[in-house]
Amino acid sequence: MKTRDEELTPVEEQPEVGVSRRDFLKISSVVVATPMVVGPTVVKVAGAEVPVYGPGAMPVSLTINSKTYKAQLEPRVTLLDALRHEFDLTGAKRVCDRGECGACTVLMDGKPVYACSILAVDVQGKKIETVESLTVSGNLHPVQQAFVDHDGQQCGFCTPGFIVAAKALVDKYPNPTPEQVTHELAGNFCRCGTYAGIRQAVGEKKGA
Amino acid sequence: MRDFKWPALQERSLIGTRVERVDGPEKVAGHAKYSYDLLPKGMLFGTMVRSPYAHCKVVSVDISAAQKMPGVKAVMVVQGNGTEIHWAGDEIVAIAAINEGVAADAVRAVKVEYQPLPHFVLDAIEPKENIQEDVGPLSEDDIWDALGNQVPDNQLIPRLQSDGITFKPEADDLKEFKEEGASQALVDAIRNAPQKPATKPKVRSPYKRAAEKVQGDPATAFKEADVVSEGYYGIAVITHCCMEPHGAMMTFGRDGKVEARISTQNVSGMAGQLAGPLGIPATDIHMHQDHVGGGFGSKFSPDRWAVVAAQLSKMADGAPVKMFNDRRSELEVAGARPSGFAKVRIAVKKDGTMTGWESSSWGTGGPGGGGAPPLPYVFDIPHQKKSHIAVSTNIGPARAWRAPNHPQAAALTMCPIDDAAAKIGMDPYDFFLKNIDYTGPRARVYREELVKADELMGWKKNWHPRGDQAAGPVKQGMGLSIHTWGGRGHASDCDLTIHPDGAVEMKMGTQDLGTGTRTAILMVVADTLGVPMSQVKLLIGDSNYPVSGGSGGSTTIGGVSSSSRRAAVQAINQVFAKVAPALNAKPEELTAKDGKIFVVTDPGRSLSWKQACAKLGAMPITTHGRNPDKDHPPDLTNSGVGGVQMADVSVDTETGIVRVNKMVAVQDCGLIISMTQAESQCLGALIMGISYALYEEKVMDPISGRMLNADMEHYRLAGIGDIGELVVHMMTGPGYDERGVIGLGEPPVISPGAAISNAVANAIGVRVSEIPLTPDRVLAALGNTEKTSASTANRAFGSFGNRFLAKGGA
Repeated sequence: MKTRDEELTPVEEQPEVGVSRRDFLKISSVVVATPMVVGPTVVKVAGAEVPVYGPGAMPVSLTINSKTYKAQLEPRVTLLDALRHEFDLTGAKRVCDRGECGACTVLMDGKPVYACSILAVDVQGKKIETVESLTVSGNLHPVQQAFVDHDGQQCGFCTPGFIVAAKALVDKYPNPTPEQVTHELAGNFCRCGTYAGIRQAVGEKKGA
Repeated sequence: MRDFKWPALQERSLIGTRVERVDGPEKVAGHAKYSYDLLPKGMLFGTMVRSPYAHCKVVSVDISAAQKMPGVKAVMVVQGNGTEIHWAGDEIVAIAAINEGVAADAVRAVKVEYQPLPHFVLDAIEPKENIQEDVGPLSEDDIWDALGNQVPDNQLIPRLQSDGITFKPEADDLKEFKEEGASQALVDAIRNAPQKPATKPKVRSPYKRAAEKVQGDPATAFKEADVVSEGYYGIAVITHCCMEPHGAMMTFGRDGKVEARISTQNVSGMAGQLAGPLGIPATDIHMHQDHVGGGFGSKFSPDRWAVVAAQLSKMADGAPVKMFNDRRSELEVAGARPSGFAKVRIAVKKDGTMTGWESSSWGTGGPGGGGAPPLPYVFDIPHQKKSHIAVSTNIGPARAWRAPNHPQAAALTMCPIDDAAAKIGMDPYDFFLKNIDYTGPRARVYREELVKADELMGWKKNWHPRGDQAAGPVKQGMGLSIHTWGGRGHASDCDLTIHPDGAVEMKMGTQDLGTGTRTAILMVVADTLGVPMSQVKLLIGDSNYPVSGGSGGSTTIGGVSSSSRRAAVQAINQVFAKVAPALNAKPEELTAKDGKIFVVTDPGRSLSWKQACAKLGAMPITTHGRNPDKDHPPDLTNSGVGGVQMADVSVDTETGIVRVNKMVAVQDCGLIISMTQAESQCLGALIMGISYALYEEKVMDPISGRMLNADMEHYRLAGIGDIGELVVHMMTGPGYDERGVIGLGEPPVISPGAAISNAVANAIGVRVSEIPLTPDRVLAALGNTEKTSASTANRAFGSFGNRFLAKGGA
């Protein structure tokens, strides 16, 4: 899987864990090694043993906001749907459901990703942070407070995704230029039109 | 003692100031719960089998396999055998299952046989022939359409008298017509019209003649004109694209009572609309909503989604069912702003005075045809001739979109006017001013706003005649537009309670769409009681609270602020009466401010809010606020605002890409309650306006009849990098404040399309006829300065579409 950042900035292809589309096509010709009732089926692909999940539900363990969450999930369940439907973490919103609008943005190992475009089974072992992790004991994160101060939300449905993307932005660039703001927040859409407040909230110079 | 009237400037502690949005913290924290977020125990996930055809008949439906699937709890046929379907994505079968995966599997197990019928989705083609002659008796729907299309009485009444009607008008029908704006003469004509059996129209055609109107002597005006400017203009169908899709979480309990959690702009209106379809009294339906993720005019009804979810819940023995549109369905079926196209001629004198207007316009509002934009917009040119044809299409059902008919009217008026100014070589700023008296009672407002907008944009300093002469492919230009809206406050009731411990509670069945309704109500109550906003607990979004109107037509702020003010004034006056003896004063000598009740002439004689409330005795006091309320004058809300917008753009003549450099919005809305949220509303409207001016269009495939861009990658909204510099100025003070509170949701979103189109024309020297100003349209205009034509798809498939028409049409 790619982070959004990598989608925007082409990088060298990373080695991936799991089965790529290309490898998957080869699977039909390999012999199933150890069929199990629970957990993945392991198959040999291109000389390596890889787990194949599903199609039924399987135990999944996720690290979200420094806590462990367990559930029985079909492999087709996205991280977003796991958050919302299994763990009642509804800050990340489902809007486009196909990696276009950013309303479901969460941090995976510190980088912003679209939770709607990642399977829950694939993020086991990764550190997931949702918008809910940013408010500690009722105290808003400075980025959240800045959104309130500059009225960077209206209906609020895109806001959690923007907050997470903005947090990632200021982590990366504490004093972002207008170009950096535009680039880093280009993956999030708002319908009410709150961009003016958001630009001010993330510290963009006025009028830029 | 307090008066009901709004406090004078120096007496306001909160009204008109800038405060933090009260529900901002829970929204940024991700804690705000929307109906889409709810997850009660045992909840089932609902989904729909949808028609793949834009126009078809349902031949057979087989749900037996889906019903038997493990995890599927309820399946129902929504539109069964024989139903005619008029748009792709319409609902055929509804399913509730234990999770979305199972529900999706069940969709695939449903077998539906369709008989495809010819569809028609090409609304930009000018209706020249095959126009349906409107003869024969009128159905009830015909009369509704005529009202929507503003057909004048002098056409409709003789029609009713000669051709009659196909239905028996009940008293309720007549009352509804009247409420929709029918004159008494028209209502009488309907009542007395002869009742006849329905006849089939001679020609089956998507084109239906709507309003035709002549004012003054247009023929002479055009004959005596120094210059006649003419052109073709258009604005495409767009969708609402609410971030939270349409839908509901419904529970039809075993006790026969319904819990409704609908994503809506109309909390108080839900139970009444659900009662009929669900066959239970409205009193057995409880509606609650904390937050709504956008509506923009598209969320006033429970819609089929909520009704069906409740029915599925009943079938599933009372398990809650959540039924929300997926994004594709949301864009295909849950909202379409009607298109508008027009051929326009304007008669102009050398000095810039417009004397005549002629327009033949058309547009689609989906299967029904849709409303006619009010042309010419804002400028009441003395001599006019205009006609409108409503086009029935299979594009999808129309829904109200912020300022219904006005963005279309602005595009179809302000662009031709800008062209007329260019034709006589006049700066449009001067041209608009020259004709500003045609705007009637708001001419003064527009004059002041034009001056302010010039100052903020540097219009007079930087304006150049049409066609940027600077070297290089990127051309810069400026354009302007003006707009109007009503915005009188709707009916609103509320209950205010002051407890002996000083706690204050306000209950109102309204909703906050993100416009700042919560914040504004609290500002009014706290300002009136002289306490901090944090002292007041506000409860909204529930059908158990007093009824308050739906949030549409910019009616909310006027309604809720007026009822809040009346409730709070009555309450504080009761407090004054209770505490006056303790302060050795008469109630009329007291006032409340900064958390204290004190004698106006001797502020030392005071009680803290808590001390004062302790004197209420054991029982709290409750007051009821209303709007309108003739018993508690004055009227606190008003109608009719004006706004001016200017745009500065750059156009790359090699790629056709338009970028907004800067926009200025100068807006009047009477007395402003919450300045921060008023400004946010205008900023948001500018951004939404940039979005529909440059990117948004429901692109229909003439072959399949389906929307080609039903996702958010190709149904492109403006992003944070697309908006340029935005400047908002609210008109306040003498001449504005004393008018009372007027709504702001619609007005600022009306002008951006026209202003940006005019700026592009100023930059590149030619008119890009249609909005959105996409690169293909810009390049086409640059390549063909003689004649601009319909949108790409319509151009390419025009003859194809006409073949469908020949075969029988929509």
